[in-house]
Amino acid sequence: MSENNVRLFQGNEACSFGALAAGVNFFGGYPITPSTEIAEILARELPKRGGHFIQMEDEIGSIAAVIGASVAGAKAMTATSGPGFSLMQENLGYAFMIEAPCVVVNVQRGGPSTGLPTKVAQADTMQAKWGSHGDYNPIVLTASSVEDAYYKTIRAVNLSEKYRNPVILLLDEVLGHMREKIHIPEEDEIKIVNRLKPTVPPEWYQPFEITPTHISPMAGYGEGYRFHMTGLTHDPWGFPTAKSSEIKEKMDKLMLKISQNVDDISTYKEEFIEDSHIIVIAYGITARVAQQAVRIARHKRFKVGLFQPETLWPFPDKGLKKALENANLAIVAELNQGQMIREVQRLAPKKTKIVGAFRYDGELITPDEIVNKIKEAN
Amino acid sequence: MIKKSKKDSTDSNRIEIRLSGSGGQGLIFAGVLLAESVGIYEGKNVAQTQSYGPEARGGASRSDVVIADGPIYYPKSMSLDILIALTQQACDEYYPALKEYGVLIVDSGLVRQLPTDNAYAIPFTHIARTEVGTPVVTNVVALGALAAITGIVNVKNLEKVLLSRAPKGTEEKNKLALSEGYKIGKELLKQRETELVERF
Repeated sequence: MSENNVRLFQGNEACSFGALAAGVNFFGGYPITPSTEIAEILARELPKRGGHFIQMEDEIGSIAAVIGASVAGAKAMTATSGPGFSLMQENLGYAFMIEAPCVVVNVQRGGPSTGLPTKVAQADTMQAKWGSHGDYNPIVLTASSVEDAYYKTIRAVNLSEKYRNPVILLLDEVLGHMREKIHIPEEDEIKIVNRLKPTVPPEWYQPFEITPTHISPMAGYGEGYRFHMTGLTHDPWGFPTAKSSEIKEKMDKLMLKISQNVDDISTYKEEFIEDSHIIVIAYGITARVAQQAVRIARHKRFKVGLFQPETLWPFPDKGLKKALENANLAIVAELNQGQMIREVQRLAPKKTKIVGAFRYDGELITPDEIVNKIKEAN
Repeated sequence: MIKKSKKDSTDSNRIEIRLSGSGGQGLIFAGVLLAESVGIYEGKNVAQTQSYGPEARGGASRSDVVIADGPIYYPKSMSLDILIALTQQACDEYYPALKEYGVLIVDSGLVRQLPTDNAYAIPFTHIARTEVGTPVVTNVVALGALAAITGIVNVKNLEKVLLSRAPKGTEEKNKLALSEGYKIGKELLKQRETELVERF
């Protein structure tokens, strides 16, 4: 890897160039702090590469444009923050229903409402999972360094294509604006996944065909396949259905295509788990703080390990269960008043005491705050 | 010159720098220049973060640069090795976070109440205005002085990065600002060393 490929990038820059590397060729968006740099960079870079950028009138239009581009065959993405993410929820539900691959990057800031435009939070953790109505199964990824933001954006695009499902990438204000060194890989070092295309003649094509993997090949509009899509619960041909057998089939398909592949989708990182009876659990930028805290605490002879979900949804249940097998204390550090802690409560053994290290004043939690929680609770 | 506290014994040669003042003084840009010089041209690991309000001008603004040989976990400052304060408010607020043997550099025209005799007080804004002709380059004068006083960054690398990042047409003014800052930093350092020799 040549030194020429080492750059000082913001998290948002890394996300933008990761998107380009993954083959994103359409961005529809409405700029909002702290995600604006992503729109700025892609507005400049996409047209140079034959892609398209469109600034819409608001976030409702943005996600609509992204879905339209996706069903026309593009790799489509948008980037936003809290208020915009809220506006996108209804159409995002539509994207889940019609199984349109797309990526929504949410660079989290403080909420509710317009909240704290320039300050950090991780309070959309649950919204990313439950934001739209109905049963659906989102894939939600996170990143904890600038380089990680690059690769997680590529992974988000690949997973959306592979599973024909929207993918949400949860970043945050600190990471979005933080600058670090990043090695930009050569094009041929990056693995690209493209959606399954139909191989049947157009007259046989079912856009929501029931398959063993629950993933249906997707033709692009304009590619010679004539098909229907609707937000109403539909049959394999894409037309509304009221038959309970077809309804159940569709709903199972939406769930199973993700839940049967949790091992492929849900990744996590661990440090010092083997000898630890105290486990700190943190994701995204907070995992960086926890990495520091764990080292400080171990230096003070506390047996502390770190569990870091990289995929937030589906939550890495198996991994956390195993990590907490011998834990008598779990510290959940997050920039909200307690969201991910619910997953830990769901998965921890009865003997494990669960303590939250929450910060929600617009600042990043410090290593000392986590270390103090360890001292107090131990 | 820079002593390490026990807390950082988990990190290899971690140095924490904070550039602080008010919005519009170019502190975040200065942090980017410093991080790029040290990270790209001097091969260290760097993390540059920032904190600012929604205002474009006025309001508190700060940029942290963490430099290390090894990995950087917590990307912000825990206890500062170097603090640059371009307003009284920033100096008052962040001086307590400075390590015992940390280096304090202030704009002497804007920080009148010094919390210590050991501060390097330099009239950055005044120098920018009189020597370069515009207060816009105050941040660059301060960076030049930082390089001279602390040696954490090679001024030649700073210049390279500055010329690549500065808006077209401002190259000469920025170069001059950097060298003026470097010059006064060196003078002050020499003066400080002479005082020390005289004292013993």
